[in-house]
Amino acid sequence: MSFIEYGDTIKDGDTAIVFLGHESMFPVKVQHGTVTQTKYGVIRHSTDLIGKKYGSKVTCSKGGWVFILHPTPELWTMNLPHRTQILYSTDISIITMMLELKPGSIVCESGTGSGSLSHALIRTVAPTGHLYTVEFHQQRAEKAREEFREHGVEHLVTVTNQDVCKNGFGVSNIADAVFLDIPSPWEAIGHAKSALKAEGGRICSFSPCIEQVQRTCLAMEEHGFTEINTLEILLRVYNVRTISLQIPDLGKAAEDNSSTGFDSSSPSHQGSPCANLQQGTVQFKSGVPLREVVGHTGYLTFATKS
Amino acid sequence: AMEGGPRIREGDCAVLKRDEVFKAVSVLRRRKIIFEKQWFYLDNAIGHIYGTTFEVTSGGNLQPKQEVEEAATETKEAGTDNRNIVDDGKSQKLTHDDIKALKDKGIKGQEIVQQLIENSTTFRDKTEFAQDKYIKKKKKKYEAVITIVRPSTRILSTMYYAREPGKINHLRYDTLAQMLTLGNIHAGNKMIVMETCAGLVLGAVMERMGGYGSIIQMYPGGGPVRAATSCFGFPKPFFDNLHEFPLSKVQSLLSGTFTAETLPADPEENALGEEESNGLSEEKQTSLQETEEEPAPEAAVELNPPEEQDAMDINAEDVEFKENKEKENKDSVREKQMKQWERRKKLIEAAALLGEKNADGLIVASKFHPTPLLLSLLEFVAPSRPFVVYCQYKEPLLECYTRLRERGGVINLKLSETWLRNYQVLPDRSHPKLTMSGGGGYLLSGITVVLDKGKSDPSNSEALRMEEPSSKRCKLQDLPC
Repeated sequence: MSFIEYGDTIKDGDTAIVFLGHESMFPVKVQHGTVTQTKYGVIRHSTDLIGKKYGSKVTCSKGGWVFILHPTPELWTMNLPHRTQILYSTDISIITMMLELKPGSIVCESGTGSGSLSHALIRTVAPTGHLYTVEFHQQRAEKAREEFREHGVEHLVTVTNQDVCKNGFGVSNIADAVFLDIPSPWEAIGHAKSALKAEGGRICSFSPCIEQVQRTCLAMEEHGFTEINTLEILLRVYNVRTISLQIPDLGKAAEDNSSTGFDSSSPSHQGSPCANLQQGTVQFKSGVPLREVVGHTGYLTFATKS
Repeated sequence: AMEGGPRIREGDCAVLKRDEVFKAVSVLRRRKIIFEKQWFYLDNAIGHIYGTTFEVTSGGNLQPKQEVEEAATETKEAGTDNRNIVDDGKSQKLTHDDIKALKDKGIKGQEIVQQLIENSTTFRDKTEFAQDKYIKKKKKKYEAVITIVRPSTRILSTMYYAREPGKINHLRYDTLAQMLTLGNIHAGNKMIVMETCAGLVLGAVMERMGGYGSIIQMYPGGGPVRAATSCFGFPKPFFDNLHEFPLSKVQSLLSGTFTAETLPADPEENALGEEESNGLSEEKQTSLQETEEEPAPEAAVELNPPEEQDAMDINAEDVEFKENKEKENKDSVREKQMKQWERRKKLIEAAALLGEKNADGLIVASKFHPTPLLLSLLEFVAPSRPFVVYCQYKEPLLECYTRLRERGGVINLKLSETWLRNYQVLPDRSHPKLTMSGGGGYLLSGITVVLDKGKSDPSNSEALRMEEPSSKRCKLQDLPC
């Protein structure tokens, strides 16, 4: 396995995802002789994981079971150890498309943070592209390097430990796209411009506050960027539920059964298998929004160097 | 754009851009293009770098736009509010006829805007912001500039959603972006794609795979529609590992009774029938009309067929056919046999690829009910691989969700939608844009796992319990307190 190439069977050294149930999973590094504790009991790597197919059901020591999944950048994003706030797949998806990334693209990114976006970028530009990622926090930079090595993608990424606002990306005239997720992106726009290819490219900056966006837009304009466009993408997740609503008793049934609007013999209701009139309820499937959802992650400002 | 960038060449697939409006065209000499109420020829654009902005001059010629210093830097005079501005309809001293005369004289748009400002009695009393807005509005109307850009998923999906949403089942570009990410589309994958989005989703998947790996496109009817795919201008090798397989043969493939002998009716006729609905036939009509009016929005895709396109080959052949009818007969019979043989070979190849049942993902975005598609096509996908289904409506996905749960072999099912909000960001005038899209469709995504033998396996219901929050608990939560 690697994060950029599917494999069928679980091997020693792989990073696998242990799936316990609804939104409950964690990553595990597969190693001969190692055991992993879950609430369903112990998983023994040598016998329970290595050699098994990805996607298999693995029975734990207490008789409960879990699924072992092949890692993807999206699963990693949901399970990675947070060293910073991270970008989630909803934002990542629009960033990837609007930056026009594809195999072969050269991308610059700062900061590396916890590497959530980095993994997605690497996946998309592989096998011929490259990611230059800049992180001013030394430990985070080192941790990111270590993860890229473990995930078999180190040849596709260069991690530089410096301040992007002062020292730039460490490369010039080679990038097709630049991504910024730093507190003062307007200070890095000049460096972004020189990192991009002479023929042009795309840029994106992520900021939670509108004041940051305003300063960034001004800086982009001053540096001659065009097509400056700010947007926000919000994810709405729906729970699929079977809902029953009670039919109110208006006293009509007692008087005349056939005159109720919900008579099962009326043609408009024959097609509905969910109607359960005997019990005085109607059932239907609904996509119910979650009680609380993410209302704001950040503004995404895109622009073109041409 | 600076020196060294890729240049516009004859035969390229390019996209015209004016403000936020896009139109895909093929770059051909002496071919009249109508875009945003203007007509012109692309001849002069050839040789220039992509990203160049052109002005339309008299006779429909394109001329690279020179960067001009804004004349508006002279001492500015502006009001503070609009308490004394009255709408009497007489603030503009130039009449419609005056403006038309200016235009007919071939006066540059920039100058017309300047004249409009000078002849507006209220302009000086407007606030600085209102003046800005006025100039922007007039510039948009009178300054005829277009930029020629290279096609990409970003541009084509934005273009289709704005101009022909009906042809892509109202799949908004941010929803498409989600599909590509949720589906973990990347180089080296073996993907199954079932779409009726004019080939836009296929093109997006091809772009992300960069020619590495393989794609099997499942198609309804007589052949896949790839009008939008051809707008991407992919290099020929991208099509080497693009396979296609008719939906009508899926059942026989799954039950093991598949043979390549019984092909679906005459493929060519069917393919032509399909094409009626993909915009190309309309394009033919509008190019015949050559009116100065903007063609109906349906004709967003003004493209001449590159050779590698099946559907388009047929189109070109069709024209040839009419030209030399006499000579045709013998050759055409042989050619038809050759084509039939080719098709059969490709069909067997595609069937073999599917038969391995080890695809790395499934993408569905069609006008059909998703449930039967999913229940069948998931059979061809390996375990621990993502799948994503798009539907314009939520309800069919609710049913699909339920049926997939009953079937088993899938986890992490998620029904979702994205909202997209655009912002105006200007000093002291930042706010969300007035309008946002009401709907860009819904997605159902999940991950395949090894399917338990026999549906009565009690652990399946355990999985159900594990994943679905109990409805009892939620009912309690939903009670008003």
